Amino acid sequence: MIDGVLARDRAAVARALSAIERDPAGPLAAALHRHGGRAHIVGVTGVPGAGKSTLVAALIGAWRGAGRTVGVLAVDPSSPLSGGAILGDRVRMDAGPPDDGVFIRSMANRGAAGGLALAASGAVRVLDAAGYDVVVVETVGAGQSEVEIADEAHTTVVVVPPGLGDGVQALKAGILEVADVFALNKADLPGADRAAAQIEAMLKLGHTLRDPAWQPPVVRTVATDGDGVGDLVAAIDGHAAHLRSGGGAGWRARERARAYAELRRLVVARFTADVFGEGGARPAAIEALVDALVAREIDVGEAAEGVLKARGKD
Amino acid sequence: MTTDADSPDSTPIRVLVAKPGLDGHDRGAKVVARALRDAGMEVIYTGIRQTAEMIVEAALQEDVDVVGLSSLSGAHMTLFPRVLDGLRARGLGHMIVIAGGIIPAEDAEALRAAGIAAIFGPGTSTETIVAWLRDEVPRRRAER
Repeated sequence: MIDGVLARDRAAVARALSAIERDPAGPLAAALHRHGGRAHIVGVTGVPGAGKSTLVAALIGAWRGAGRTVGVLAVDPSSPLSGGAILGDRVRMDAGPPDDGVFIRSMANRGAAGGLALAASGAVRVLDAAGYDVVVVETVGAGQSEVEIADEAHTTVVVVPPGLGDGVQALKAGILEVADVFALNKADLPGADRAAAQIEAMLKLGHTLRDPAWQPPVVRTVATDGDGVGDLVAAIDGHAAHLRSGGGAGWRARERARAYAELRRLVVARFTADVFGEGGARPAAIEALVDALVAREIDVGEAAEGVLKARGKD
Repeated sequence: MTTDADSPDSTPIRVLVAKPGLDGHDRGAKVVARALRDAGMEVIYTGIRQTAEMIVEAALQEDVDVVGLSSLSGAHMTLFPRVLDGLRARGLGHMIVIAGGIIPAEDAEALRAAGIAAIFGPGTSTETIVAWLRDEVPRRRAER
């Protein structure tokens, strides 16, 4: 399977994505990790209905026109009740005849917070090792706090539709701060000028830019007819060039941020499983602490201390 | 890779729901998609007007357990076998292909012979489809 992935055999890539979703830190991840590091990883996020999938479809066309291969990971939410999911991003992305240079995979977030799936880093690792020039990660429709994508991508594109009004203000503490590039999509609709002005005004205030040496451009796009998509590609490439300039310190910083975030996610997931048990059976020591908490014999701080002390003794 | 360590049966059943051909009536397909989602399955919905080639490619990329085809246009006798042939040609003969829509009894016989595993006509309850998949998919996974 590893040879197949490296040769970009699409059946092997597909099976590897399934395997790494089951076990993001297993032997397959280890083998592929040595072969990665070439792809430009582009995150695409934004509020639901901003036009992320349609814009990604347009970007795929532009990149393919320039002879670049594209892998896409499209993340959609799992139902918190059933655990199931309807993954509908292909409807907009997969419109043409099959193209050897494009691979699109839908992934359910399986309950993970932050707009990504726990296995997203692993899936990016597969697509990177397979040699796709650009790997796009499209998040679930994200609002204010789903900023994890910024620690998964080299370049984060935040898609904003016009008409949010003061909603843009509400965004500013969240995903706007992690944008490397803004795509003001549906720029043919009324309110586009105002939205662009709001974003630009916010950027001029200069608050908490992630990278003081990079002023995020605001690119107007109409994804449905391709307007501005060339400019968006240029802006994304410009950001990659910025990261690689001056000896590549910016690129290395993003790589470190990606590695740290993945490591942290994995350790937190393991620690949580370790402390609270996997699946249905909850450790008896924790149940006893919950009982004592409900009976007001202890407070929540004492209960937490007790959980941490009881770890591994169950 | 060690496939025994990652217990494939614990992962959600993945189903591609596709509408080959030119009819634009996808209400039934969407109802089924939602029912499967509510049963804990991951449903990749591809939308209407898909060619057989596109469906096969999507099934390959998404590594699904099941391909569900729906057609109300009468084109099932050409399009469904084309999907089956395409899957086999790409080494995906292990995928379970099921069908829904308007399919006359005499066609159903021929489609089953061609490799459609089950046909769920109008009036089939979604519970029936869910139960059938929950029974069939683990068996097929175990055979792989």
